[in-house]
Amino acid sequence: MSTINPTTPKLQQTEPAPVTRAPSVARGRRFRRTPATWLRSGGLSKLIFLLPLLLIFGAFSWYPIVRMVLMSVQQMHPTTPATWAGFANFTAVFHDPLFPIAVRNTGEFAGLALIFGYPIPLIAAVLISEVRKRRGMFTALAYLPVVIPPVVAVLLWKFFYDGSQYGVFNTILHWLGIGPQPWIQSQSQAMPSLVLESTWANAGSTVIIYLAALTSVNSELYEAASVDGAGLWKKVWHVTLPQMRTVLLVTMILQIIGTAQVFVEPYLFTQGGPANATLTVMLLIYNYAFGNSLGGDFGEAAALSLLLVAFLAVFSLVYLRATRSWSSE
Amino acid sequence: MKFTKRTTRPIRMGAAVAAVSLVAVATGAVSSAASAATPTKVTISVASLIPGSTKAATAAFNAQIKVFEKENPGITVKPSTYQWLGSTFAAKLAAKTLPTMFTVPFTDGRSLGQAGEIANLTPYAKELPYFNKFNPAVIAEGTDAKGQIVAIPEASYAQAISYNRQLFSEAGLNPNDPPTTWAQLEADAKQISQKTGMAGYAEMGASDNTAGWILTTLDYALGGRMETGIGTKAKATFDNPQAVEALNMLNTMRWTDNSMGSDFDWGWSDINQAFSAGQVGMFISGSDVYTNMVQSYNINPKIYGLAPIPLANSKTAGVLGGGTLCAVSVDATPAQISAAMKWIDFYYLEKYVNRNDAIAWAKTEAASGQPVGTPEVPIFNQKQENLYNSWIKPWVNVPLSQMKPFTTAIFKEQIIPEPESATQAIYGDLDSVVQSVFTAPGSNPSSLLSAANSTGQASIASGGGA
Repeated sequence: MSTINPTTPKLQQTEPAPVTRAPSVARGRRFRRTPATWLRSGGLSKLIFLLPLLLIFGAFSWYPIVRMVLMSVQQMHPTTPATWAGFANFTAVFHDPLFPIAVRNTGEFAGLALIFGYPIPLIAAVLISEVRKRRGMFTALAYLPVVIPPVVAVLLWKFFYDGSQYGVFNTILHWLGIGPQPWIQSQSQAMPSLVLESTWANAGSTVIIYLAALTSVNSELYEAASVDGAGLWKKVWHVTLPQMRTVLLVTMILQIIGTAQVFVEPYLFTQGGPANATLTVMLLIYNYAFGNSLGGDFGEAAALSLLLVAFLAVFSLVYLRATRSWSSE
Repeated sequence: MKFTKRTTRPIRMGAAVAAVSLVAVATGAVSSAASAATPTKVTISVASLIPGSTKAATAAFNAQIKVFEKENPGITVKPSTYQWLGSTFAAKLAAKTLPTMFTVPFTDGRSLGQAGEIANLTPYAKELPYFNKFNPAVIAEGTDAKGQIVAIPEASYAQAISYNRQLFSEAGLNPNDPPTTWAQLEADAKQISQKTGMAGYAEMGASDNTAGWILTTLDYALGGRMETGIGTKAKATFDNPQAVEALNMLNTMRWTDNSMGSDFDWGWSDINQAFSAGQVGMFISGSDVYTNMVQSYNINPKIYGLAPIPLANSKTAGVLGGGTLCAVSVDATPAQISAAMKWIDFYYLEKYVNRNDAIAWAKTEAASGQPVGTPEVPIFNQKQENLYNSWIKPWVNVPLSQMKPFTTAIFKEQIIPEPESATQAIYGDLDSVVQSVFTAPGSNPSSLLSAANSTGQASIASGGGA
């Protein structure tokens, strides 16, 4: 692990480079790259192989990002030429009374998903890994919701969340002696209901990642723990989790980034209602751009998008820096 | 608003396959305007069926296209499934994925035209021989501030109460005596709910501008207005006493009487479906929703009743009215605009002005069990509407006697157009007000409306769009 620790390798650069490390040799000899040497070393073929990737990324990833930055300082409308707007779009976003509501709701969704949705795949993966028979079947069952198209899943869950006494969940609650719940038609229950469906829909992918990570845990550690008298819980706590910490930290940041961009569930379930209780930042961006039938404000949508990108970038950097020591121990 | 006709036309075509020849005969007399000079070859796409329409409806629509193409050899028409929704229209407009000819609600025609987002149809529209027969108030919905005709009206409606006669009877109410006051409506809703277990009164509450649309309807009926003035200088008046009164009434029905059932996020289609299934005692929507209930949800005609909106004893009280406009893409070439106008003439309008076409249409619809004679608010003048109704009278198959409370009262009532400025945007701003009342006990209507008012004022200042 120490070889990938970015805090120590500077010392290595001052030492003589091994003969086999060509780039260091080249630097040592002050090797001059010319178009001819570039061609002779296969540069053209590399470029040709890279070209499709560069074109696709350029057209569909990098260009839209640059365009978004540009649009955020323009007054944009679908059918009229763009005009310079400076920071007016950002000002408008910050003055929008729905902006703090959307930020709060997004935080609530991400928080609930982290508290309830994050441990579930890990628990499921540990349990599946402990199963001796039909592990494949359980893995497939855990992954099954992921292959269901999101729109179909949401429509399915809309039936489950029917607020009448005949709704699927309310019927189950009735068997348990609990009265019907309004689910997505309640300002307080709507967001947890969305988190529940989202966890069901997305946990499968993380389960697969954890199952793969679990296979890399040295079985001798479990054997040693068993010899020391550790039960399942102690093995998980003292062996599994420490061994998987790098994967866990990566999945956590990916989940936070993913949930901060939640759109499908609030758009399809509630369209941000009731009374803006499920209006998220991404849904607000959509509403800025397309929510108005007379044509939206692409500038404000781009400005809020840029703010979200900036927040997530800063958050990710802080997160990676804060957890660097944990992941590299 | 936008909903009442969006499904009727396409599905209405569902039974026309066998009678294409009749339609062909009827449409033989294409107007002189429509036969104006057209280039030899032009292709247009037209809004056809809503997504999910039946195969029979699709086949019938395609058959109509064949008839049209036979009448107009130089024009190729490509059908495109289409449904106007406030939440998706702008995206399609921006992506330029709308068909050459599409429909928009009355609320959006003028603004789209003024923003240059739909084609100017003025010279083409004025060539229509029946142009002067349009109801002036209706054609005004498709006319922008410069006097340019940017969209052609194809349907008009007045808000009304659809009520379930069977539930009325089961609750011990007289189905021939629908409520004529809001107090009576509230009492009837409570009685239906208690006696039948169904929602006595239900209301659209989805976040798609429908909740705001119905709240505005209630406000109008009580004599209030959601805005005053015109254009971007209009003033939002959400927090008017009548709106507060309407929300207090809803609050009582929802939380005290418990007469509104358990679903509060109905959209336009959902509530039609629930009503057709016998789950709703009363609800407010356009006067022509019966057509959709037959075509999409196979409603039992015996349960259907149509009543006027109860109006307060006030000079300003009135019934909210709206409709649907045909628009043409701003990217269309003159030849395409000309071809699209011929299609609008052929498919939407001729039956109202051409006896043979009206009879052929009525025969076709009646033969296939589709509704004929659903009450409409005239898009032409009243005289023309009466003439049209006399043409189709032998084939009328809707339960007109059960709609009598509406048809006898509506033309005596004041029909008031929807708010002029930023209409859909202010409906959207009002959505959350209604939802708050439906989903939070003890909500304060006055403070909700006051909070929404500032948002509404911002919507008006921005012109309702960008």
